[in-house]
Amino acid sequence: MSGSAPDTLAQRLSSRFTQALQETSDFRGDLSVVLHPAAVVEVARYLKDEEGFDYLLYATAVDWPARDPRFTIVWEVRSLANRTRIRIKTTATMPEPHAPSLTPVWPAANWHERETWDLFGITFDGHPDLRRILMPQTWEGFPLRKDYVSFGEPVIFSDQKLEGLEPDAIRG
Amino acid sequence: MGPHHPSTHGVLRVLLKLDGEIVRDADADIGYLHTGFEKSFEDKTYTQGITFSDRMDYLAPPINNVGFVMAVEKLIGVDVPPRAQAIRVIMMELARVASHELWLGTTGLDLGVYSGFFYAWRDRDLALDLNEAYSGVRMMTSFTRVGGVAWDLPDGWLEQLQRFIDVMPGRLDDFEAMLTDNPIWHQRLEGVGVISAADAIEAGVTGPVLRASGVNYDVRKAFPYCGYEQYDFEVPVGTNGDCYDRYRMRVAEMRQSLRILQQAVDNLPGGPWITADRKVALPPRSELSKSMEAVIHQFRLVSEGFKGPVGDVYAFVESPRGELGFYLVSDGTNKPYRMKVRPPSFCNLQALKKLVQGVLVADVIAIMGSLDFILGDCDR
Repeated sequence: MSGSAPDTLAQRLSSRFTQALQETSDFRGDLSVVLHPAAVVEVARYLKDEEGFDYLLYATAVDWPARDPRFTIVWEVRSLANRTRIRIKTTATMPEPHAPSLTPVWPAANWHERETWDLFGITFDGHPDLRRILMPQTWEGFPLRKDYVSFGEPVIFSDQKLEGLEPDAIRG
Repeated sequence: MGPHHPSTHGVLRVLLKLDGEIVRDADADIGYLHTGFEKSFEDKTYTQGITFSDRMDYLAPPINNVGFVMAVEKLIGVDVPPRAQAIRVIMMELARVASHELWLGTTGLDLGVYSGFFYAWRDRDLALDLNEAYSGVRMMTSFTRVGGVAWDLPDGWLEQLQRFIDVMPGRLDDFEAMLTDNPIWHQRLEGVGVISAADAIEAGVTGPVLRASGVNYDVRKAFPYCGYEQYDFEVPVGTNGDCYDRYRMRVAEMRQSLRILQQAVDNLPGGPWITADRKVALPPRSELSKSMEAVIHQFRLVSEGFKGPVGDVYAFVESPRGELGFYLVSDGTNKPYRMKVRPPSFCNLQALKKLVQGVLVADVIAIMGSLDFILGDCDR
């Protein structure tokens, strides 16, 4: 999608949703829009009903611990008829990150949003069945957060002192 | 049902709410094979990540390899030489045939066609022999590199492939003689697990399951990659959206894959099989003793790999199970900041709840088989 054409999807979106659209980018031909969390459902409805984006590809999140808001929530949808794709992004802040659920618009988002809750701890408001999906129901913590240690339990030898030994220091 | 039920093809537990023999509701409990691949990707360089990719969908490893490196290639913007593209296509279509063969065998086994399993296994082994002759490994090929493939084809390999292409149509005919017009096969599959085109799109199913419902969508045609636009092949599309149509799709796809393989053998381009860009691909070993620059490149690539620009991309391929996508977020380092895999098995399994409403318990087996999910792919 080139930026110079008079009637691109990005331009239609930016003229229609002036307030909601925070950023538009076109990196390597992938169109992404960053939306205000409150407007995500409205824009999603527009994309589905009027732009023909009928097929949800996935939903996920990206954790940026140094940023505020910390989480980027991502949904990517496709129009099977027009052969186009758009990535919808919004943000969520700590300590209890939450985002609107897109299951009312694309029911296929159900499992993808459950997975995002499971691995990132992001609550999707309006999700019909938000519980863990990959990890056991009793699991504590959210494995795909950057502050979640990825390699097992810390190994502590008998001649080492326990105090002040951070699990991260052992990872190397 | 499960988690160790033989027809779950992996480890899957399905909670069924029954009214006698009638299924009223189902809840698939997945995650038994969750290995944290997405987390592991974040700790490995782009080249090291290739070996994770084929361990997810372990029945189509070459397709995972290609999808993964395509995401990296899209991010850093590197061109892949035509010979490497053709080798990738050959390996991917072999994987498709092998995966569908295995599907035929195991689904038949679930439904009582015991002999089919042995035929399917014999035929799939021919494809695995080719994997082994090329990459040294029967399943986890890890044959791609960013910018191309790891090795050129070995001597005699194309002849071996030609024998495979020659023998397979007859083997598929045998299979079809056994199943396609078999009344028991019809009774078990026809009209079972029906999903309409609109419902299939809404449920997000993909691959042969989506096409069996009449949606003509195949990534190889819609968004050609690796030069698929140069090959003459058809995308089989069904009409009824039932288990029988999904069976027909897969058999027809195998025949189309053989067509692609024949064209790839006939028109295999010469030239290099990996990019000449020394910032992403290793220099040939012969240069190492002559060129200091080659030694430096070798050292840099082996010790720390290469860096990608800041950005996020989505690359996708057609796996035997549907659209397999890789959403890669880069923060400018030599490792993925985030690698989200869009697994087709996950998307297809999500539709199970809808498909089994009101069917008999025995049909759940047929429906699960027809979705062709791989739990390694689903759970990652």
